[in-house]
Amino acid sequence: MAASGNPEVKLLGIWFSPFVLRARIALNLKEVQYEFLEEQLGTKSELLLESNPVYKKMPVLIHDGKPVCESLIIVQYIDEVWAGSGTTLMPTDAYERAIHRFWTVYVDDKLYSSFLDSIMRYRTDEAKAEAEEQTVAALQLLEEAFDKISKGKPFFGGDTIGYLDIALGCFLGWIRAAEINGLKLLDHARTPLLCAWAEKFYNNEAVRAVIPDTMKLAEFTKVLRSSYQNRVPPTK
Amino acid sequence: MERSPSSLKLFGSWASSYTHRVQLAMKLKNIQFEYIEEDLANKSEALLQFNPIYKKVPVLVHNDRPIAESVIILQYVDEVWSDRPVLPTDPYERSVARFWCHFADDKLGPAVGAVFASSGEVQKAAVDQVHENLALIERELREGFFKGKKFFGGESIGLLDIVLGCGSYWLAVFDEVMTDVKLVDPEALPLFHAWLREFEALDEVKETIPAVDKLLEYAKAVRQMLLGMSNNATADSPTATASASATAPVPDITVDS
Repeated sequence: MAASGNPEVKLLGIWFSPFVLRARIALNLKEVQYEFLEEQLGTKSELLLESNPVYKKMPVLIHDGKPVCESLIIVQYIDEVWAGSGTTLMPTDAYERAIHRFWTVYVDDKLYSSFLDSIMRYRTDEAKAEAEEQTVAALQLLEEAFDKISKGKPFFGGDTIGYLDIALGCFLGWIRAAEINGLKLLDHARTPLLCAWAEKFYNNEAVRAVIPDTMKLAEFTKVLRSSYQNRVPPTK
Repeated sequence: MERSPSSLKLFGSWASSYTHRVQLAMKLKNIQFEYIEEDLANKSEALLQFNPIYKKVPVLVHNDRPIAESVIILQYVDEVWSDRPVLPTDPYERSVARFWCHFADDKLGPAVGAVFASSGEVQKAAVDQVHENLALIERELREGFFKGKKFFGGESIGLLDIVLGCGSYWLAVFDEVMTDVKLVDPEALPLFHAWLREFEALDEVKETIPAVDKLLEYAKAVRQMLLGMSNNATADSPTATASASATAPVPDITVDS
């Protein structure tokens, strides 16, 4: 998407953030033009601090001057406001919506935290291996969930990318980067459905336009890791 | 509209504010359901089957299909039983309600829990966190999105009132149990305090939230147990470091939502 677009829709973000990616993918799928305001690493702009005083984090969507914070809340907002445009993100059935929402909580709560531990926050090699196992276990559960939810279709959302696809798919670049750096996460033997899903997700136009380069992320992961080690004292 | 009690079951626990959230919504919407009280120390097969991942209450089972996580249940119930809506209709208002619900469970709840589970310096830090969090809500009531409103939902209670309200009653209970702690100072938080009193005065709320003496008795017992645990624990134990880890250094560059 162009860096400048509809000035009434602005997105505050940064290139590597999977959470920012959620918002960008949603905007693309809904065919919404927007202005991407890129934050600089290590500093927070006045606009960010004003728009998200509670968390001071990205992404923030600013629509007609009004801020919307929290990536998943932003995705739902985008789906509701631009309901007539592009593809529908949330399932139409109330129970399916509940299922998507449940698994997004799981993704942010369990998968993300083990994954971050495995690439960055581990204190020892044992802890790293354990975090990797936990991430794999979480992906395994998501594999089973995909089987039930997709009902043979390419995405969690069915024929088109839906809410849960976005919530999980935003991490694919990072997962691939971690695999380049030696972790074994998605696997054709253990998680064949998610592997196939990942290909389709990656190749979708709305995603390809904004997903960060895997090699760049792999290098960046190393930077994050040493920065973390410098800031957080090692344990016994 | 589906109203047969046997097709709608709620697994809950009498002292769980998350359970109360769902019970309150059901009452507001006049939905009939079967309630199953869980002994959290001895969870039923049914609960473990319906919520295998988190093994927690509340779980709503509708026509044999389970829904877990209180805020997800609330949205589901609101969508299926459209009488007396709990979510706003405007997308922006919905996003604001959802944001503060997220804040309540992501920041405020754990901070209050940390106060309850700790003592000394660690507790003091947790109390400061609670005050900071409540001050953010107070500001929103004073000069932000909720300025001038009787409830977060407007003239009547909505999603955010339910989520914040069913939980905030613990603040007064904890203040009573831990006499050197003051979580809600009506002078520092006049609007929050006023909102909470209006909320607690509602008939549906009075019928949902357990009696204060029962809550006090329960809170005292849990506090004793937690203090007993932290006395036996080392400095690295989960309870002692619960709130300390909330303030541990984290790189600025992680940008989670």
